[in-house]
Formats: sequence, structure tokens, C-alpha cells
Amino acid sequence: MTLLCVKNLSLRRRNRDVLKDISVEIGAGELVGLIGPNGAGKTTLMRAVLGMLPSTGMSSLAQLSAPDRARAVAWMPQAREIAWPVTVETLVTLGRLPHLAQGQKPSSADKDAIEQAMGYLDLTDMRDRTATRLSGGEQARVLLARALAQQTPLLMADEPTAGLDPSHQISTMQTFSKLAQAGTSVIVSLHDLGLAARHCTRLIVIDDGTVVADGSPAQVLTPDLIRSTFSITAWYETTDQGVVFQPLEVVI
Amino acid sequence: MTRLMIALTVVLALLFCTALALGPANIGPFDSLRALVIDDQGALTLVMREIRLPRAILAVLIGASLGMTGAAMQGYLRNPLADPGLIGVSGSAALGAVLSIQTGVAATVAFALPLSALFGALIGVFLVLLLAGPRGSSLTLILAGIAISALAGALTSLTLNLSPNPWAASEIVFWMMGSLVDRSMTHVWIALPFIVVGVALLASLARGLDALTLGEDAAESMGINLKRLRLTLIFGTAAVVGASTAVAGAIGFIGLVVPHVLRPFVGAKPGRLLWASALGGAILLLAADIAVRVVLPTRDLKLGVLTALIGAPLFLHLIYKTRKDGL
Repeated sequence: MTLLCVKNLSLRRRNRDVLKDISVEIGAGELVGLIGPNGAGKTTLMRAVLGMLPSTGMSSLAQLSAPDRARAVAWMPQAREIAWPVTVETLVTLGRLPHLAQGQKPSSADKDAIEQAMGYLDLTDMRDRTATRLSGGEQARVLLARALAQQTPLLMADEPTAGLDPSHQISTMQTFSKLAQAGTSVIVSLHDLGLAARHCTRLIVIDDGTVVADGSPAQVLTPDLIRSTFSITAWYETTDQGVVFQPLEVVI
Repeated sequence: MTRLMIALTVVLALLFCTALALGPANIGPFDSLRALVIDDQGALTLVMREIRLPRAILAVLIGASLGMTGAAMQGYLRNPLADPGLIGVSGSAALGAVLSIQTGVAATVAFALPLSALFGALIGVFLVLLLAGPRGSSLTLILAGIAISALAGALTSLTLNLSPNPWAASEIVFWMMGSLVDRSMTHVWIALPFIVVGVALLASLARGLDALTLGEDAAESMGINLKRLRLTLIFGTAAVVGASTAVAGAIGFIGLVVPHVLRPFVGAKPGRLLWASALGGAILLLAADIAVRVVLPTRDLKLGVLTALIGAPLFLHLIYKTRKDGL
């Protein structure tokens, strides 16, 4: 089943080609890592795919009506905004908003989704804490839980692991893996190639607005591509403890 | 209904009865309330129905309008310092009223003052929409609002500046302080339709404002139409603030302080804050209007002056508390 189909997507802003002729298809049960250097167009691509930026070409999500789209894809932006001192539980409950009419009370199914999302991200014990008073990493987990509570077939998150401690970085990626195994696809932009190599089922590399590689981590993370796209050398090995990817030196 | 809403409604009902029972004519509260319901063919029923009732109704309508608009503005801009005057509607409504006083139309044509204030508000909204555009971020709306407010303020000052008639000038100054003295049922009928429509528009924003807690991008991805939300906010605000300013003049601080005070009681949820602030605003304005009649009954203390006198220290206290919380 195809959850997202993008064909010949291009985007021009201020006389600069930000995205050039991008075609991607995402099926069910994939954990896709979107990687690429700063300014490559990762965030722009995700926002254009969601129909938030005017672009040419086709994106199956952008064609949906806003309410339908909200039930097809959940989006966690990079800017971690929590405007008001609401409790963690209230904030996660916002994820059910696309499923509820104005003034409608959350049903038991909604409550289950909220509990499950909080459980995944280790938030059950802090449900009554004020979200704005949490640390940056904790806020990131709360915001991710909100997106999970939306229970959409596709989840898109912009750098969800940035600012998280190592254990929560790993457990967040494991949560994504678990979701993918259950059939939900996840697209995450990442800068930590080690995490990407170890947990993603598929990597899409963006450089200068084009897709330069698309495939399994082993296919994508070749020394040549790492050198030309990220200007680094790296150590990549499949060990008995899984895949290990360690960046080493900057190539000039 | 939550306990907070019930408590606010009870307080409002009590204050409403107090406002009706209170007056310079020394009549017991029960006699006056009875005269309101049962026509006694005499002066008391006339006083109750034509003087005290419209004044109390207007206090409730305008207070509720200002409270709700303040909550909606703060929710939309995600800023606790936003207030109903921000989009320039109150400023342009005041300009319309001032021009009608200055030109003498207000004194010769019945209800020319509130109607020209409404006209001023309409032009203000039109200019804000033109400047801010139908889509775009909240920033362009603030900038357009500031520009219109400044322009309307400057033109109001110019009118005062060039006024050859000291009586007109002092009338303008007093009008701008805001008051509910000597308002009739006609004032109620002028303001009511705008306020009903505006409040309905603003109340429909609850869902969108809740979603905006997460920022514009996340709200949009949850199916909120930000363009429509913004237009609804502008028209709702324009309707209630324009109508309020037209019949009562500029009454400040209610839209700023009430949402701020009530926010902790609704768990900071912007959607729930809308109706709570409407009740809170009605309570505060009604209480202030009772106070101006009790404190200095002979000196015609202006309502807007009192709300600012109460509001400013309250606001300072809130800032102090926020600072203590380390935010």
C-alpha cells in the first residue's frame, strides 16, 4: 500500500531552486530516514509534501483536503513550540483534535490512543506536569507523543531526536521501529547518521535539493556518497551487535 | 459546565441584580426589581426599564465582548500581552465618534455618534485587511494593526488640536474615557446584533486556538485552516470591539487582564478560556460600573478611567507573579 507518492516535485523560492524534480514513494511499514547536510532541503521537502509550501509537481498528501490530510499524516515540526503552560496530558490530547468535532469530548478510544502515545515516550509519570516547565528534551518527547496520538498511517517528524539524551534518542528510534513493524510508516529527518544507519529501514539522501541516494542503509552509506555529500569519512561495519556507523574526519 | 463557569455565572447574576437595584432614588431592591417585571404605570418602572436595565445589559454585553476578544487575540498571537485594541478597530471607531462630535452631527442627529463610530470601525477593518492581506503570518496582522491604531490616534489628536470649540474638545476627551451613563435601549439594539454575531464568530475559534498552542505549522497539519481562522478573528473582533466602542467609548484593560487572571483556572487551554473570559469580562465591567456609581456618584467618574485604575496594578501584580515563577 502506498502511503505517500511524490512525483516531479520542484520548488522555487527567491529565484533559487530549493527542490528539483523529486520523486519518492513510501509504502506501509517503512522507517525512512531523511538525511542530508544543513540547507539541503529536508525540511522544505517535508513541508512541500504536506502542502504547506506552494510547489509544482505532485504530492498525494498535498492533494487531500486539510481535515483528510490530518487523518492521513501527523507532522512534528522542528520548532518546538508550546505556547501556554498546559499539562503534558492536555498537550498530547491535542493530537486527537483531527478526530473530534468542535466541543466533542474524547471517547475511550481517544483516551487509549493518548495513553499509548504517552506510554511509548515514557511520559505516563509526568502527565500532570506543566509542559512549558519541562526541559527541551522532555518537551520534544511530549510533542512527539502528540503526533503519535494522532494515530495516522504516516508520521513525519523533523529532527525528533535533536536535543534528546542518548537513551531517549535510542528509545525514540525504537518506538518508530515498533510503529513501522505494526504497519505505520515513519519519515524522520536526522543528522545523527549512526542512529539512521542502525534503526532506519530505508534512507533517502538529499543534497542541494535533489535525491542523491535512496535505499537501505547498507546500499546508501557508501564511502563515496558519505564523502561527496557530507564531506566526511566514516567507519561502517555490520557487527554482531548490529550496524555501527561512526563519522571520523572532515574531508577538505 | 465546569465549576468555574457555574461560579462565574452566579457572580454575574448577583452583580446584575445589584446593578439594577442600585440608584440615586432611595428605593428598596425588591421594589425596584418588581417594578422592572410588573409595569406600575409610574416613574419607577420607567427608571428601571429605560435607565438601569439598558445600562446593566450594556455592561454585560461589552464586558463579555472585551473579555472574549482579549482571550481570542492572546490565543491567536500566543502572547499574553495582546488585547482587543491591537488590530486598530477601537482606535478607528473612536475616530469616527470624535469626528461626529467635532462636526456637531452627534448633537443634531439622533444616534449619529454610535453609527459613525461603527462606520469608523468598518473602515479600520477594511484597511487592516488591505494591509495585512487575506493570508500570512500573525506578524503582518500586528504590524497592520499598529499602523492603523497609530494613524487613527494621530487623526483623533489632530481633530482635538484643531478644534475651535473648547466644549466640543472637552466632550471628546470625556467621551474617550468610556462610560455607560444615560445609555438607552436603542444603544442596546445598535450594539446587540454586532455583538451576537461577533461573539458567535469568536466562540467558533476554540478548536483552532487550542491547536495553535503547538504553533502555526503543527496547527495547519492538524487540519486547521489558518486563513479562515484569521479572517474569523478579524471580523469577530471588529464586530464586538467596534460595537462596544461605538456605544460606550474606549474601555481599556478588560481584554488584557481578564484572560490573564482566568488562564490558570482553565488549565491554560485557549479554547476554554474564551467563554470563561466572556463571563469574567462581564463581571469586571459590571462591577466597575457599580463602583463608579457608588464611589463618586456626584462627580461622574468615567468607567474607562476606573478600569485602567483597577487594571494597571492588577497587571503589575501578574507580571510580578510571572517573574517569581521564573518565566
